[in-house]
Amino acid sequence: MALYSEKVMDHFRNPRNVGVIEDADGIGEVGNAKCGDIMKMYLKIEDDTVQDVKFETFGCGSAIASSSMATELIKGKPVSEAMKLTNKAVAEALDGLPAYKMHCSVLAEEAIQSALEDYYTKHPEKRPPAEEK
Amino acid sequence: MRIYADNAATTKMSRTAIDAMMHCMEEEFGNPSSLYSIGQQAKEVLEQAREDVAAVIHAEPREILFTSGGSEADNQAIRSAAEIGKKEGKRHIISTAFEHHAVLHTLKRLEAEGYEVTLLDVHEDGLVRVEEVEAAIREDTCLVTIMFANNEIGTIQPIREIGAVCRKHGVLFHTDAVQAMGHLPIDVKADNIDMLSASAHKFHGPKGVGFLYARKGIRLTNLIEGGAQEHGKRAGTENVAAIAGMAAALKEAAANMQENAAHMTAMRDRLIKGLQEIPHSALNGDARRRLPGNVNFCFEGIEGESLLLLLDDKGICASSGSACTSGSLDPSHVLLAIGRVHDVAHGSLRLSIGENVTEEEIDYLIANVKEVVQYLRGFSPVWRDLMSGKATFIL
Repeated sequence: MALYSEKVMDHFRNPRNVGVIEDADGIGEVGNAKCGDIMKMYLKIEDDTVQDVKFETFGCGSAIASSSMATELIKGKPVSEAMKLTNKAVAEALDGLPAYKMHCSVLAEEAIQSALEDYYTKHPEKRPPAEEK
Repeated sequence: MRIYADNAATTKMSRTAIDAMMHCMEEEFGNPSSLYSIGQQAKEVLEQAREDVAAVIHAEPREILFTSGGSEADNQAIRSAAEIGKKEGKRHIISTAFEHHAVLHTLKRLEAEGYEVTLLDVHEDGLVRVEEVEAAIREDTCLVTIMFANNEIGTIQPIREIGAVCRKHGVLFHTDAVQAMGHLPIDVKADNIDMLSASAHKFHGPKGVGFLYARKGIRLTNLIEGGAQEHGKRAGTENVAAIAGMAAALKEAAANMQENAAHMTAMRDRLIKGLQEIPHSALNGDARRRLPGNVNFCFEGIEGESLLLLLDDKGICASSGSACTSGSLDPSHVLLAIGRVHDVAHGSLRLSIGENVTEEEIDYLIANVKEVVQYLRGFSPVWRDLMSGKATFIL
């Protein structure tokens, strides 16, 4: 049995949306090199929609695949939807991750959250009213 | 091209070893403990294997105990020394921080049982200092256990000198020679070794078999109780075929050792030279005092598992000390022991080449590692920060 699903290997070998957005509206970076995973997400937001997203990742195969999949899941989507992306959705879209690699999908979720938070900090008027938990 | 460059993990069985095993399985199926001729024939095969193994390391046949592999041999050697020590009121053991887990975990267990363990520093070059061994020896030291050559970074320890110091102070000396056996000349008498562990599958023998050398007079403690096999020190019907395969492989490795080592050393150094051209990389472990087949590098700004997966796509089998390849959160304890910080230890690569590696294959390894490292750095945020000056290069 292979370590990863075909989907993970596809996103690892051919990561989507790799790179940097120079004039990004929101940038998020999570993880640390000490633990062996860092993800950085760049968002371009127009009309409350994620017009473009790019990522850079230092990490294992599943970290790279999770970043790639997360960018695919939010690209072109309304910000409100991107906000709701969960690590579970990322892992499921990848046809699953080994249990000890689930934290990679968590990191992807957090990277996007962090980039959106950066966007809202820069554009406080866009921040939606706080929802009940 | 397909290159198996993970010979420190395991090796492909040699034709000689396979033939020896096949012969055993087909013709020598008897139980060596049976008195009739078929059993006695198997017994002869077993004792011939013992003689062959003993001869290679300059031991006596009765000093060789067949085990299920290196881990069992390590466990039994350390347990035995601990038992001997306990009888004399000695409960202190000296080892190093970068031993194999078969040693480290056994020591942990002994610590819980009241033993005291001193782990020596292995310095940045991955070499134990003999004077530090001597300085660590106390009145109550019952064992010094230091590996012959490290499994990850390949550094070869000053075994003979350490053994001499142990002799001088009357302390038992065990060495885990799993990586060295069949690759380096070992003479247990001249090297002052009291106990030694080895594993067949690291020198083109089968998996699941190894041996423990214990100098005569050392009372071993059983890990497995039962029948009287192996002088009553390791119960269970012997795996005759595997033992015969191991002996055949070891004899062959010993016969070709000089020639193999010369070729592999030349190939190793070519590989090291090629990989050193990668900026912000570093060889792990001393460049000279290392196994002929071992190359281990850290590349800054990338993570080891993704490196291995991409190399696999190019037909290259290698290994890494990255946390992600171990299933734990920490990178290799060996790399940490030689002072590599987490950030760069995650980006390590071990290539352990075989006897038949060619210059063409070495060049293929160099070209592909270079390409993959450059590719991964291309979208690594760590690398970006290093290049922009936001972070400082370590290597």
